[in-house]
Amino acid sequence: MRRQPWIAAAQKGLIWGGVAVFLALVGMVETFAGRQIVVGVISLGLALPVLTAVVAGYQGAQGHPGGAPGAFLARGALGGAAVGTVVSGLVVLGTFVNMRSMFVSASPTMFETLSFGRGVSGIPLVLLGAAAVGAVGAAASLLSPGVRRPLVTALAWTLGIGLFQELLQILLHAEGTRTAVRELLFVEDGLSMRGATIVFALAWGATAGWARRGGAVRQWHGRLSAPRQRVLRLSSLGAAVALLLLVPLGGGLFLSQVLVLVGLFALLGLGLNIVVGFAGLLDLGYVAFFAIGAYTVGLLTSVGEHGIIGLSFWAAVPVAVAVSLVAGVLLGVPVLGIRGDYLAIATLGFGEIIRILVLSDFLRPWLGGSQGVLGIPKPMIGGFEFRGPEQLFYLTLASCALVIFIAMRLRDSRLGRAWMAVREDEDVAEAMGINLVNVKLMAFAMGAAFGGLSGAIFAVMLGSIFPHSFQLLISINVLALIIVGGMGSMPGVIVGSLFLVGMPELLREFAEYRFLIYGASLVLMMQLRPEGLWPAAALRRELHAAEEMGPSGRAEAAAGSGRPLEE
Amino acid sequence: MIADSKPRGRERQRMKRMRIPIALVVALIIAGGPYFVPAAPAATVGPVTDPVGVVKIAKGAPLTIAYWMVVAGPDASLGTDTKRGVEIAIDDRGGKLLGHPIKLIGEDTGCNAEGGQTAATKLAANKAIVAAIGSNCSSEAVPGAPILWKAGIVTVSPSNTAPKLTAADRGPTYDGYLRTAHNDKVQGRVAAEFAWKVLKVKKAATIHDGSPYAEGLQGVFAEVFKKLGGTITAQEAIGPTDTDMRPMLTKIAAGKPELIYYPIFIAAGGFITRQAKEVSGLPQAKLMGADGMFSPDFMKAAGESAVGMYHSSPDLSPEALGPAYKTFLDKHQKKYGEKPLAPFHPHAYDAAKMIFAAVEKVAKKDAAGNTYIGRKALRDALFATKNFKGLTGTLTCDKYGDCADPKIAVYQTLSADPAKWDPGKNPKKVYP
Amino acid sequence: MRRFSVVDLYLWAFRIVVLMVVVWGMIGTIMARRYPGDVWIDFVVFGMSQGSIYALIALGYTMVYGILRMINFAHGEVFMSGAYTGYFVAAAFGRSGYLDRNPVVSLLVVLAVAMITSTAIALLLERVAYRPLRRSPRLVPLIAAIGASFFLQYTFRGFFGSGFQAYPEAQMLKGTWVIAGIGILRTQAVVLVASVLMMLGLYAFVMRTKTGTAMRAVSEDREAAALMGIDVDRAIVIAFAVGASMAGAAGFLYAIVFKQVHFFMGFVPGIKAFTAAVLGGIGNIPGAMLGGLFLGLFESVGPILFLEGLGIVAPYQLKDVIAFTMLVMVLIFRPSGIMGERLVAKKA
Repeated sequence: MRRQPWIAAAQKGLIWGGVAVFLALVGMVETFAGRQIVVGVISLGLALPVLTAVVAGYQGAQGHPGGAPGAFLARGALGGAAVGTVVSGLVVLGTFVNMRSMFVSASPTMFETLSFGRGVSGIPLVLLGAAAVGAVGAAASLLSPGVRRPLVTALAWTLGIGLFQELLQILLHAEGTRTAVRELLFVEDGLSMRGATIVFALAWGATAGWARRGGAVRQWHGRLSAPRQRVLRLSSLGAAVALLLLVPLGGGLFLSQVLVLVGLFALLGLGLNIVVGFAGLLDLGYVAFFAIGAYTVGLLTSVGEHGIIGLSFWAAVPVAVAVSLVAGVLLGVPVLGIRGDYLAIATLGFGEIIRILVLSDFLRPWLGGSQGVLGIPKPMIGGFEFRGPEQLFYLTLASCALVIFIAMRLRDSRLGRAWMAVREDEDVAEAMGINLVNVKLMAFAMGAAFGGLSGAIFAVMLGSIFPHSFQLLISINVLALIIVGGMGSMPGVIVGSLFLVGMPELLREFAEYRFLIYGASLVLMMQLRPEGLWPAAALRRELHAAEEMGPSGRAEAAAGSGRPLEE
Repeated sequence: MIADSKPRGRERQRMKRMRIPIALVVALIIAGGPYFVPAAPAATVGPVTDPVGVVKIAKGAPLTIAYWMVVAGPDASLGTDTKRGVEIAIDDRGGKLLGHPIKLIGEDTGCNAEGGQTAATKLAANKAIVAAIGSNCSSEAVPGAPILWKAGIVTVSPSNTAPKLTAADRGPTYDGYLRTAHNDKVQGRVAAEFAWKVLKVKKAATIHDGSPYAEGLQGVFAEVFKKLGGTITAQEAIGPTDTDMRPMLTKIAAGKPELIYYPIFIAAGGFITRQAKEVSGLPQAKLMGADGMFSPDFMKAAGESAVGMYHSSPDLSPEALGPAYKTFLDKHQKKYGEKPLAPFHPHAYDAAKMIFAAVEKVAKKDAAGNTYIGRKALRDALFATKNFKGLTGTLTCDKYGDCADPKIAVYQTLSADPAKWDPGKNPKKVYP
Repeated sequence: MRRFSVVDLYLWAFRIVVLMVVVWGMIGTIMARRYPGDVWIDFVVFGMSQGSIYALIALGYTMVYGILRMINFAHGEVFMSGAYTGYFVAAAFGRSGYLDRNPVVSLLVVLAVAMITSTAIALLLERVAYRPLRRSPRLVPLIAAIGASFFLQYTFRGFFGSGFQAYPEAQMLKGTWVIAGIGILRTQAVVLVASVLMMLGLYAFVMRTKTGTAMRAVSEDREAAALMGIDVDRAIVIAFAVGASMAGAAGFLYAIVFKQVHFFMGFVPGIKAFTAAVLGGIGNIPGAMLGGLFLGLFESVGPILFLEGLGIVAPYQLKDVIAFTMLVMVLIFRPSGIMGERLVAKKA
């Protein structure tokens, strides 16, 4: 059933037109109309519908390769025009019907943005513009990859720098070179035209240059002797570590704070990775151990009302880790015999039970109830106080390094292999002589201990803890980050927490739409890279072995991705 | 792991090879070090000298005000509401202050401590910010306010009500923190006195939803009510997302209270108001809420059951404020297409206006038209606010940052039609 | 685990402690004689009506799980979307006065709108988000579903605002009916009856019709079912559609009882329904019903019966603690839920 390419192009256009209308009605067009990407040229609010037209043109032209370039461009224009039609329809509807009693975002301002401030009389302009943009999108697919790739990369860079301008401007807000760079690229509200051109040109040049010279560099690297390659690798690693250590100095308060949060979530992820990624036990209540760690440190060190003995942080941390570990075992035992999704909901229950208990009036005299535990002092070493995020960053980094080391040793140990065996098939593992009880409890205990450590740092980071910080959402977020990163992979945990914790924090300017974008990108991620951003090497090997065996049901059950991995 | 498989002699060679990366790291640190030293805040800029710092705004450049409120997540209505209050205050000035356009930037706080801290940290890094408005939830302000003040940014909260934030022992790290929201202590006391003296009830029950606001407020109410000689039959609690309150209300009914005080928010408050009528033994009990649900939206949520119930809230009646609030509501409807979402928009409006007034008081201009604002001076000017006419009353700040007009009134709802919302007449002011 | 180990000891201790708490609390409560008999009946009725809403949402969870072995985390949002769109119709009827002139017709129309929206959204979700992931490892669709859940919530927030909307009240459903000497709120009676009817209808559909049989076959073994000529895609789509229409109906019934709708309203009932489905044995239709009713009942009666007698303040704050503890207890005794025997052998 081959459809006419023209009809297909129009269909694509209509679908993307629907997306544009969605963006408008959900309020993004209006809210982002004030967010300049390139000042005086384009705002984010307008960039969104324009992008949909570009994509519509590109896809509309794509579907049917071959044919004259003219037809190609025309199909792109048709796709773009279809987007324009849908958007115009919305403008007409919004002008004559009061949509606002239902859709709160259907404000006059939004329609003005969509119709270039002209209302219904702007419709021919909208159609024309959309068709032109669609044709541009189609033209992009005509270009040779050698031209297209740098072009797209350069555009993406410009867009990205335009989006993150606020953060970048803050970072560049010191005297000297930085101010010079800032003034070169930015004006008050965003990238200036000059800045945009510079960024575009630089990104273009770099990408094009790499495309031309990249092969040669790789060859040169390949020709080096093995020890030299190692030196190179080590020095780049060393440089990376050095850069990481310098982040608080150069990046300032906010970036450090975000990285501390990323680190705390990475710690949680590493812990949950043992439970879910290694041992295959789906735990949805992991936040319980985060809370237990935080409250233990809070109660032991606080100088406020609820403090017990006023220990120092360093004395309290081992206690917190131990308490979490024991809690892991105690909560683990009852659910030993429970499998799969039953386990998920049982652990979810534990998470909620802990949260409700710390919130409750019942335990309020000891745990502070909804008013929380205040007055948690910052850790000190000698005379050095871990005062703010810039200092706590190092504490978090060190903890992450320690935990990664422990987790790696665990993974490669006998216990680690037992975990994997349990993950693959519990019954077979038991038949092979693995003590299920011990192995599972060890997974719960280790995971809980890491979670407790994260909670301990969390408590001193805030200086006060409240039950509202321990919502179910944290458990979900941690689970999502280890899967986005790649199940069972430790670099994956770091990448996942950068992506799911760091990005949303940095994109705070999207405030109201953070969760919308978060949700959409989770769905998209799972479609495009279900194996995760940085899948575990063992898993990759396993999957390829499985593929060689043929597409049997067994291969799919092997906890990896059912899709072939692109290498 | 690698060393195991290698002969010993290579060890030294390896060390040699390591020299390059180590040297690289050292070089990087040396090169980067001086560059990364943060600049100390200048004490004197232009015509202004200030111990904390000075904001310079070039001619024509925007004057930046920041909000840190909960505008995303399940509690978003609270922050969206206050943010709109600020936006309307800016509109009322025509978007300009001292000839500079006002630029409002902001951060989501998520109604939890870590969100408040992260938001405050981001704002603290932005040297252009003159003053901030926020936070919404008291748990955000506890870690957040000191961070802002360390950066010299003074913040005014429209909706934190926890007493400890402006307590005498709050410490110098909170020196830059004020609020236009009233302290729970004031409102809880007025509510209890009203119940005891005017309604003449002897037995009351309270309900809170686990938020610090509600928990604190009902605690004050219970304490004062008991001191006056009354009996508290139950102090119950629910979750903010609970829907079926009837079992809990049935339990309360067993104590036969004459009044139920539930200073919570609209959703759960609506459920309780409706369901109290459905529980046997309670229909004759009087119901009383607080400002957390004193809004037309609550009338929608509670329906006809709201008729006759009481609310403690700041005095919004025309006698006290003139028609200002009504005008505000009209603007709100026009701008956002819906009614206010939560009760703290007037407090946010006042916070913004207070800041504008203080900025006008301390800002100095030079010949070129640049504006200079001393941070400490701004803070002091805000703390010196006196008899300031706002939407929520006449504001005067004490030395711990409590600015709210302590005039709390009690209202009784006569009609549950949100369209007839006109505080003072309906709900009718019944006390004092 | 055949020998009596430390773990067994701990488990027994755990059971005994919970049991003792329960018994002690019950004795305390009953001895206090605070609540006369008819109040207890009230507690039970309130619990049942809340439980039947949980049950209706749980039916959708169970349908999808039974056939796909996938937790559709966004099911709570499917429920919300039905209730929310139903509101616009109901409000229009309320404003025009049609609701009171012709309550039965208008309520049925609102119900239909709610069910259709929920179904449409669930089918879209299945097509766009889940179908491409059908052959992926089991956690991948779970994460996609979590993402979809956020996406739907905030889409509704963007479209319709973050405030509350309230359903108009139908005069017909105000007040109480007295059945066998027990006063039951009309809304509650409607919910109870409707949910039982829907559950029975669903059960008959799955057990008696040809499509239902096909669905059960797919649930048993997808490959084998495909080999036998069953259209697997169709069976899955139907499971989604039926489950979602149940959620839409639940949304409508929820709105009749509780009136308020809000973009976040689906999250908590979604989790509770998931709990109910697991409690009853996930994948099992009568189990979901039973689990829902149990959960509602325990949330309503539990805090009073078990906790108040122990002198715990504000027991209703802890009702979820009771619900989840009960869940764990049930799972300890029956690791696959009350009625979920079928699944034990499978790797759930």
